[in-house]
This record gives sequence, structure tokens and C-alpha cells, in this order.
Amino acid sequence: MEEKKVSLKIDRHEITVPEGTTVLEAARIIGINIPTLCHIDLKGTCIKNKPASCRICVVEIEGRRNLAPACATKCTEGMVVSTSTLRVMNARKIVAELILSDHPNDCLTCPKSSDCELQRLALRFNIREMPFNGGELSLRKREVTASIVRNMDKCIFCRRCESVCNDVQTVGALGAIRRGFNTTIAPAFDKMMVQSECTYCGQCVAVCPTGALTERDHTNRLLEDLSNPEKTVIVQTAPAVRAALGEEFGMPAGSLVTGKMVYALRELGFDYVFDTDFAADLTIMEEGTEILNRLSRYLDGDKSVRLPILTSCCPAWVNFFEHQFPDMLDIPSTARSPQQMFGSIAKTYWAEKMGIPRENLVVVSIMPCLAKKYECDRDEFKTGGNPDVDYSLSTRELARLIKRANIGFRLVPDSEFDNPLGASTGAGVIFGTSGGVMEAALRSVYEIYTGKKLEHVEFESVRGTEGVRRASIDLNGFELKVGIAHGLGNARRLLNEIREGKNEYHVIEIMACPGGCIGGGGQPMHHGNAEILQARTRALYAEDAAKPLRKSHENPFIQQLYEEYLGKPMSEKAHALLHTHYFNKSVN
Amino acid sequence: MKTLSIQDLERIRKSAQADLQIREESNKRTTEASCGLALGTPSLQVLVCGGTGCKASASHDIVDNLKKAIEENGIADKVEVITTGCFGFCEKGPIVKIIPDNTFYTQVEPKDAEEIVRQHIIGGKRIDRLLYTDPKTDKSISDSKHMDFYRKQMRIALRNCGFIDPENIDEYIARNGYFPLATCLTEKKPADVIDEIKKSGLRGRGGGGFPTGVKWELTAKQKADRKYVVCNADEGDPGAFMDRSIMEGDPHSVIEAMTICGYAIGASKGLVYIRAEYPLAIHRLKVAIEQSRAYGLLGKNILGSDFSFDIEIRYGAGAFVCGEETALIHSMEGKRGEPTLKPPFPAEQGYQGKPTNVNNVETLANIPIILDRGAAWFRTIGTEKSPGTKVFALAGKINNVGLIEVPMGTTLREVIYEIGGGIKGGKKFKAVQTGGPSGGCLTEKHLDTPIDFDNLLAAGSMMGSGGMIVMDEDDCMVSVARFYLDFTVEESCGKCTPCRIGNKRMLEILNKITEGKGTEEDLRTLKTLGQVIKDTALCGLGQTSPNPVLSTLDNFYDEYLAHVKKKVCPAKKCKALLTYAINPVNCIGCNACAKHCPADAIIGSTRKPHIIMPEKCIRCGMCVSRCKFNAIVIC
Repeated sequence: MEEKKVSLKIDRHEITVPEGTTVLEAARIIGINIPTLCHIDLKGTCIKNKPASCRICVVEIEGRRNLAPACATKCTEGMVVSTSTLRVMNARKIVAELILSDHPNDCLTCPKSSDCELQRLALRFNIREMPFNGGELSLRKREVTASIVRNMDKCIFCRRCESVCNDVQTVGALGAIRRGFNTTIAPAFDKMMVQSECTYCGQCVAVCPTGALTERDHTNRLLEDLSNPEKTVIVQTAPAVRAALGEEFGMPAGSLVTGKMVYALRELGFDYVFDTDFAADLTIMEEGTEILNRLSRYLDGDKSVRLPILTSCCPAWVNFFEHQFPDMLDIPSTARSPQQMFGSIAKTYWAEKMGIPRENLVVVSIMPCLAKKYECDRDEFKTGGNPDVDYSLSTRELARLIKRANIGFRLVPDSEFDNPLGASTGAGVIFGTSGGVMEAALRSVYEIYTGKKLEHVEFESVRGTEGVRRASIDLNGFELKVGIAHGLGNARRLLNEIREGKNEYHVIEIMACPGGCIGGGGQPMHHGNAEILQARTRALYAEDAAKPLRKSHENPFIQQLYEEYLGKPMSEKAHALLHTHYFNKSVN
Repeated sequence: MKTLSIQDLERIRKSAQADLQIREESNKRTTEASCGLALGTPSLQVLVCGGTGCKASASHDIVDNLKKAIEENGIADKVEVITTGCFGFCEKGPIVKIIPDNTFYTQVEPKDAEEIVRQHIIGGKRIDRLLYTDPKTDKSISDSKHMDFYRKQMRIALRNCGFIDPENIDEYIARNGYFPLATCLTEKKPADVIDEIKKSGLRGRGGGGFPTGVKWELTAKQKADRKYVVCNADEGDPGAFMDRSIMEGDPHSVIEAMTICGYAIGASKGLVYIRAEYPLAIHRLKVAIEQSRAYGLLGKNILGSDFSFDIEIRYGAGAFVCGEETALIHSMEGKRGEPTLKPPFPAEQGYQGKPTNVNNVETLANIPIILDRGAAWFRTIGTEKSPGTKVFALAGKINNVGLIEVPMGTTLREVIYEIGGGIKGGKKFKAVQTGGPSGGCLTEKHLDTPIDFDNLLAAGSMMGSGGMIVMDEDDCMVSVARFYLDFTVEESCGKCTPCRIGNKRMLEILNKITEGKGTEEDLRTLKTLGQVIKDTALCGLGQTSPNPVLSTLDNFYDEYLAHVKKKVCPAKKCKALLTYAINPVNCIGCNACAKHCPADAIIGSTRKPHIIMPEKCIRCGMCVSRCKFNAIVIC
């Protein structure tokens, strides 16, 4: 059927658009950039928020008594729209001034300063006075969790976090409570986030336009450790960080800054700069072996084998199933996440090798993620109270540190990761995007299972942006069925199917954040621009393609680790250091 | 009971009409002579108001006592006591009406029951002290038809209120109830039904005034596997009780109308969204739904047709915003009660995403009678663009507080001075507020405006759901505006910025003004802010919330100016703006005021005029109440 079109006029411009296009979208096509605040529509993912509630994007439409929100008003045939009349501009400015009148004036010390969408509006609307200030401020809670800081005084009630938490992630930790002036977003009954089903995925932070939801900052803690001569401070960087960090320094989205990042980390004073990709390769060894074990037992007719096996790299995802699917704790792989595998190996194998006492070794991670902060804190990842990974910083925090340390990021030369924990294959790199863990696993599982060399390492069938993807891989006549889901809402769909016994998969990869780690809650703000996420993904695949080794089991330092220390994958030692177990955390 | 056929319905009508005949006949004539068993009257009926207002004044005890007295006198076979819905004259409740002589007793107490039975019902002699006294002539009036309060009224939506027993379906049927439905099912196509409603020109009585027939047509046109009829019974305007009274007094009219609507739009499910704080209305609705089901007037294959329809009650928690139809639907879905942008209209995507027709109670109450008597008849009532009648809850500084129904086009003057009996205490009329918190204040110059949807809007107010509050010279218009805004700030859902923060800021400015801290600049800000809120708010609540402020600014600007420039409240209502002083001519120096002043603000020697120190005075008014010589002046 042919798409229906409508013609309308926006500020003297005639335009024809497909039926269903909003006034906002139509205006953008012809270069008219109507300001928005609550609206977000991350095309290609399911992140969408269109409550039409902030009323910043109002426009005048001929024949209508009131102004209309451009974000939610659909174009109709013959519509005449004015986007910048005095009436419209005054209304927008007053609405913005009203928001500012219930917002703390502490831009100077706000973590979102210069990256705040409200601040940008104030600038754009030329607001030089606060005519409505001096009135009552709505009273709201503050909370500091391991991952997320809530400062709800700064909430402008755009509802983006609520949409993401409920519609996209189906976690349901955040929602609107109370009415009128004192409306706020909070867990049900105004409980604390730590008492809720929050997974700390950080997607609420990723979409928050102001400083209401931000990450727990560890930069000062890191600076103290770096300046302590008694401490050896080492760092691991997650794959998705290198594909996004450049954005914080004005570089185009998708710039790969691995070498510059390593250089900057050395400049900051880290004693060793390692790579989480190394641990990603290690994860594939453990998880891949687990997959193969379960599969061969299953194929041998062992009825007790639970399939599918689910990946367990993503701490928000782990939180999600611990909270929401406590009856299925035996399905996910027991392999720890790369971050924790790294910490565990660093504080045992490497520390012993280097002769550094555990208490003097500080392991820091740079992650695109906020749930990783919480993961460091989990008791099962501590030895005598000393955590395997001491703390985790987000990509944004690293950027702030680099700026603070006067490092001219765009000009610094490239540098290489240290060995042995910095060596990785292309398989480790693609962990940072949805489908990457699956592809990395397939590369190794294929060769180990079939005993044949994999010529074409790129599994195109598992790549892409679809929320749930499925693929079949031929393993010597055995058809391995795999599924990929990103976004917890999609994960829930798959898990519900499994719970109902409708499973069709052997292995499933799940990442909590839409797009995978490249769209993590700790990444530079995308401000609703979906192209940024796509560019980051392309950058990771490019780094993979450029690597001489692209299969985890070919990593010589991984082979060395097993020879010198662990024995073989899933050995007793590997179990103790690299595997974990899950807990029933259901709130009800 | 098995499903009724139309013949069964006819039979019920006939037999119930016999019971109702005595009432119908008395209704048609005006009787002067009183009746009683001793005077040869063969049988009598006693109608007792069972509306919430009268019940609050123990009208159920009146019923019990009447029945007891009737029993004791052994006349139960000749005298029937019937609990009805609201008569409307709440100012004078509880109401007891004697049929067939139409005696209208007011402010009856349970202890009067025995006397009513003995003296009137048996003895045939009216009890003068319980009769209504016309304040103009000072004469008592026994038949309500002669009262100013009723003379100009025309009861269409309220046709059965105060007349039938709302808990007896047969009485509703006796008044042709459910026959319009039967005619629709047997003789009319859905499109014909819609056509008739369109022709009648009926407009939504919930406030918006949207043509009901057009709304039905929009929903009928949608293709969907399921559709819904929703009755909006979330009456929220302060002081309004039109819908409640209809549901309490004539629940079957609502049920029948919803069923007809279901037939017309192709829905098989109806939902009544009613606030939980309307227990009596809920009870009567439940009873009525049960009775309808028992007769097969709800359920499968109604009256033997292939049309099936049933109704479910959903309870609201009393949020004003849930009267807005999208918010109402979200609330029914178990979501937060807040509105969403229209379009899509509920007619396209409503309850559970399905086409949904939402009508207000009063609108629905008009449906059966329009179909019974025809669109042409309906059009003879009211005005060209607003046919029919409107029910108002008349309140405030007016003699006859109550529920009234008048033809559209009646002037405010007629409502206030004739039906309402003028201003209480002979004070001067100042303003009338229509449309509840979304409406505006109209003044003397609007008094001769014929009331209809468009005229009220043009005058800067609105019809709303029918609240009408009268104010006199003692009312401060700044405080009145503040009162309404306080309500909207409290009831805002908080979703959109202008309503959530804008109204709060306006309220803060009004507070400032009433505290004597306002400036002329504030008045300008109020106006600008009010207009922007109207222009940008998301739903009807926000878009109309500045109306009370804007209309008082328009009509009573001088009063605002007095507050901010002279720091005076002309109506002497704003405490912070009052000055208490002692008139030395009247003061005898008795010390009474000084002794009782809690702030030690009064000084003076005995037998010499005293003085109030303004800086210490807290304006509590204690001195005024203690002074026996009228020496304290407030200015």
C-alpha cells in the first residue's frame, strides 16, 4: 500500500510529509529546529518519551484556540503552523522560566552543568532574569546509591526516566507519585531506590535532561589513590569506552580513541593500564566451555540440563533476573562478568606474579555502565572485605578527570596497553555492542566443537539493532540456535517464553541497555541522537576487524594464564576465581 | 426472572402506572384543599426525599417514624411511604410531600412524622409550621408549583427525581422508562438513533458542550473488535451535585441511556466511573443495575433482540482531574489519573486502546426522553444553539440554595432573583461564579445574559458542569479567585509545566496581594501568566484554571488595585489589610476590650477613650466582640 502523504505549511515553507509525521519532525526536515525538553525519540531503539508535558515545543496552528505541542501533534492536510511568532516565543520563555522557578540555581556546582538540556534552553531563550523565582520549591528526596545519585530537586518532571524504566526496561522502579506541585518521580510509595527493583542499568541517567539523576562519582577517590605512593593502582577499560570517550572532547561520534585513552590513563598516573577485553577473552573461554558442556550433555540425552544458557556479563541484567525471575536462577551461565574476572585474576595471579600484597593493589575499572559500580560492591566479589575491583568509573567520569588533569586529549599520541592483562583479540572488543558476546562465543565454540578452522569470523546474522534477534549456526550438522536481546523489556519477553516452556534457543545473549554497552548509562550523553549509538557500534567492529587475532582462544596471554595458573577452563581454580552464583532478590 | 419481551414490559408499565397514577394526576393539577383519610380521600402517598442532603438531616428516620405511625394507626393499606430522589430545594430540606394534595413540607424532623400522620394524613389538616413561607409575601405556600423556586424550572433531566422511588424499576418503567430502548432495538438502526440525537442538538453537559450525537457518530464510525460506553460520574466541582442527584434519584435513566448508546455505537460493555465518596449514588446504581439485569434489560439478548450489553461500576478516588475524559480512562485502566493529549480522542483510542464514548451523567439522563418525545420536541426547549435544559447547583449568598433545572436561555437574573429568591439578608449582588473552578465571575452587567454554552464563554466564563455560586458585597473578589486557584493547585495532576508550576506561582502572587504585599507589577504578571497557562496547558483543567483570576481581574480590577496600591480590602475580608481603631465618641473607657486583647494592643485609662496600637494589633476581632458600645471600627 502506498504511504499516504499530507501537505502543510510551516513558517512560509510548504512541505509534504508521510501521514503520521509530527509537526516537530516535519519542521526538522526543513531545518526549523523547534526547541524541546521532555521529548525523546531514539530511533532504532525503543526509547521514546512523548508525554507532551513540558510545553516547551508549543507552536501556533491556524484555527486552533490554544498553542499545540509540536512533538505530539500530527501533521494534517492543509495545516498552517507558525513556530516563532511572538506569542509562541513568549509562551515558551515563560514556560521555561516557570521550570527554572522550581529548580535550584546551583549550575556552578551541578554535575550536569554544560551538559544540561534545561541550561541550554535558558541560554537559547535568552533568559536573563528569573521573574517567578522566590516562590516555594517542591520538596523531594535525595539518595545516593552505589551507582546512581538521585537529586530530585532538579527533576523537571519530563518523565523520560519513567518511560525508560517502565516501557523500555520493564523494571518498574520509577514512576510518578503525588500530585500537583509536589509531584515527583520515585519508586512506589516514595521508597528508596535501594529498596526497589532497580537494576542500576542507568538508562534513567542516560536520558535525564538535568542533574536530577547522575552517576555516583568516584573521581576524587581515584585521585587520592593515585597520589598514594604505597598503592599500586591499575586500570581496566571496557570495550565500549574507547568508542565514545572522544565525544566528550568534541570528536565525532564513532571516533576510536583507544591509543589516546591509554596514553591519558598513563598521564593520570596509573601504574599499569590494562584492558577489560583481556577478561572478555577469558569470559569466552569459561562461558564457551560451559556452553559446550551443557550442549554435549544435552545432546547425550541428559534430561537434567537446563537450556538455553544465558550470558551473564551484564550486571544490570543479572540484577534483573535476580529480582524478577528468581525461579530461573539456574539458567544463566555462572561465568562472572569480564570486569569481575579481571579483578579476580589481577588480585591473584597478577598480584602474586608481581609480588604486590592484595591490600596495596587498587583495581579500577572504566566502564560505560553504572551497574558496574554496584557490581564491584557485591559481597561475593570480595576477599576478606577487599573487593576484586575496588571501584568503577564511568566514561563520563574519566573524561572529567582527563580535563581536570590538563591533558589535551585530542593532541596526545597513541599508547599501547600493558601486558599481560592488556592483550586481547577482536572477539573481546565486540563485547561492547549488542550481539558481540554471542559472536565472540560462536567464533570459539565453532572451532572447538567442530575442530575446524573458522574462515569467516564475522557472524553477520547476530549483528544489528533489532530488539530481539535470532540465528542458526551449523556446527557440523548440529543446528545451534541462538538469540540476542538488548533492553530489559526484550529480555523479559524472552524469559517469559522460556518460563512458559516455549523456548527455541540453545544460547541467548542479553544486554540490559538498548544497543548494548555502547548505549550504557555511563556513556557520554546521546541527548536522544540515535546516530551516535550506531557510530559507536561501527567503531567497535572496525577495531575488531583491524586486530590480528580475532578469536578469544587464540589470545596467547590467555593460553599462558591457563598454563601457568588456572589449568583448564572450568577447572576447580577457574570455578573459584571466575564463576559465581545468584540470589533471589524478589522484592515481593 | 426470564428475559422480558416488549409485551412483558408493556404489562409492567400498565400495572405500575396504576400505582403511579395518583402521583401523575396530582402533578398535573394545583390543589388548594388538603386531603386526609377523614375527609374521604381513599388513599395517600407520602414522598420523602432520600437524597444525600436530606438523608444527612435524617430523612430516613422520618421514613421510619412515618411508617411506624401509619402502622400504629392501622392505615397501612391506604397510605404508602415512598423514598424518592432529590427534590432540589435543599435549602429547606428534608422535604416531605403529601400526595394527592401536593403539600410540600419543608425542614421536617423525624419527630414531626407522628403529627403528619395524625393531623394531615388522617385528619386532613395541613401543618402550617412545616409549610414554606414566601419571603416576599410572608405567606405560606403549600404546593411547590406556586413557589418561585419551582415556577421557572423545567425538569427534564431531573424528571423522575423527587417523583419516583429510584430503587423500584417498575416506577421507572411506568414513566415510559426502557421504552425508548425497546423502540431503538426493534425499530431503529443504530444510525437512526445517532441521527435523532444529532438532530436534537444535545450538547455535553459535563462542561465542554460538545455535540453528543457527533461524539456518538465518531465512535460508531471506528472499526474495532470492542468498544466501550463510559458514564463520567466523576463530579468534582466544589459544591456541585447535579450528577449525584440524578444517579440517586433516577439511576435507570443513566443505565437506559448507556444501553442505547451501546446499541448506537456498537459497544457491548458500559462502565460507570464514579467517585467512591458517593456511596448512596453507588448503592442506587448497583440496585438499579441488578434490577435491570433481572429483567434482562442488561445482559444477553436484551428484550429478545440480538443486542447484548452490560454495565460495570468503576470507582474513582476523588481526583478532580479524573473528570477529564482521558485522565478518567487512564484511571480506569489502573494507571495514574492524568490526561494525555487529544487527538487521539477516546472515540478513536479510549479504554484499553479501544474506541470509547464518554458522556456525562446529565447528558445521558437526557437521552431516553429525547428519544421518547423526539428531537423536534427537545429543540423547542432552550436556545437555537443550546437546546434543552441545564441543571445547576445553586449556592452561595442566595436565599434558595439547591438544585435547579432551567431551559437554556433563562437569564442569570431570573435564576438568581426569581428561582434563587435574591441575595441573602437583602445584601447587594456582586458576582456569580459559573463553571466551577474552571469558570469565571460574572457581574451585574451580565445578569440579563441568557444562559447557554456560547454566551457564558463569550462573557468570560463557562457552563462547566453546572456549579453556580452567588456572591454579595461582602465577598472579596481577590479572595474568591484565590479560593478557586487554591483548589486547582491542589487538584492539578502535575503533568504539564504551566499547570503544575504556573498555577502555583499565580497562587503565591494572590497570597501576596491578600497579605498586603502585592504590587501593580504583580497584577500584570498575573494576567500574562494566566494567559500563557490558558494557552499552553495540556488539558481542560489547566487551560481553564486561570479563568477565575482573569475574569475577576477584568471585572473587578479596581478591587485588585485597592489591595495593591491603597493596601485596602474593600470587602473587608483580607485580614492583613484591615485596620482596627476605636471611635472616641462611642468609647466610654470600660476597659473590656483592653482586658481581652490577646496582643496587649489596646491602651487607655479607665473612663477615657482607648487607643489600638496598629503595630501590635493582630486583627483577631476580639475587641469587636467584647465592646458593648459599638466603638471599634474596622477600616
